[in-house]
Amino acid sequence: MLNPDSVGSTFAGTDSITVSQSEVDAFCAVIGESDTTIAPPTFTIRITLTQFEEILTRPEIGLDWSRLVHGDQKFEIFSPVKPGDELTCNATIESYRVAAGNEIVTVRSDLHRDKKLVVSAWSTLVVRA
Amino acid sequence: MIEVGANLPEKVFYLDRELLKRYADASGDQNPIHQNEEFAVSVGLPNVIAHGMLTMALVGKYLSDFAGGSAKVVEFGARFTKPVIVPADEKVDLTVTATVAEIADGKISLTLSATSAGVKVLGMAKAVVLQ
Repeated sequence: MLNPDSVGSTFAGTDSITVSQSEVDAFCAVIGESDTTIAPPTFTIRITLTQFEEILTRPEIGLDWSRLVHGDQKFEIFSPVKPGDELTCNATIESYRVAAGNEIVTVRSDLHRDKKLVVSAWSTLVVRA
Repeated sequence: MIEVGANLPEKVFYLDRELLKRYADASGDQNPIHQNEEFAVSVGLPNVIAHGMLTMALVGKYLSDFAGGSAKVVEFGARFTKPVIVPADEKVDLTVTATVAEIADGKISLTLSATSAGVKVLGMAKAVVLQ
């Protein structure tokens, strides 16, 4: 079970992440996108999911990743992400509830470039009962 | 001229196990339910399923194509209502369409539909693109 005291907490990513051309190329290739000068709209899940998995599965937070499914996902993109961008990522546990034994947690990830918000992404995760 | 209520052309993407493996590598999501049939069945799934985010990435491509580039997609959200089931040695469809819901302030709001094998796989799928 997720520790309810963690709801509302924001976790700052420690290091900045540089978006490489090769990772944008690989993502574009999967979806058939020929323009590799801009990251596709959902590309940043590559950054955010890794970060919130690490946070949510910490012993003091305690989410059970093995029974997890992705419930929904939303992106707001204020400025397109491009190869070479240096981004920082914060994750905030926005909400948590238990319904019919399923745990439902929403995490907001905020990506910044030069201290300006470029993408906010909401991931709702369901741990099945 | 795009008008509110207009239906945008349908596009069909095809998914197979190889694409799921490539998406796993490209996204970093190596959850075995997207690659290993035995594991997927052991956790109660009918078969290997596509990453919800792969479905969303392909719908994102649909949006970029409509809008005239990835940079024009400013909002995109969806609920993963049913999995896209990907049996071994098969190609399954992801069929995407959209309807124009609103045009205002230089932005077009779209309501999206995504089905696989006739089953709706995304719910409440919406996007906003720059005009």
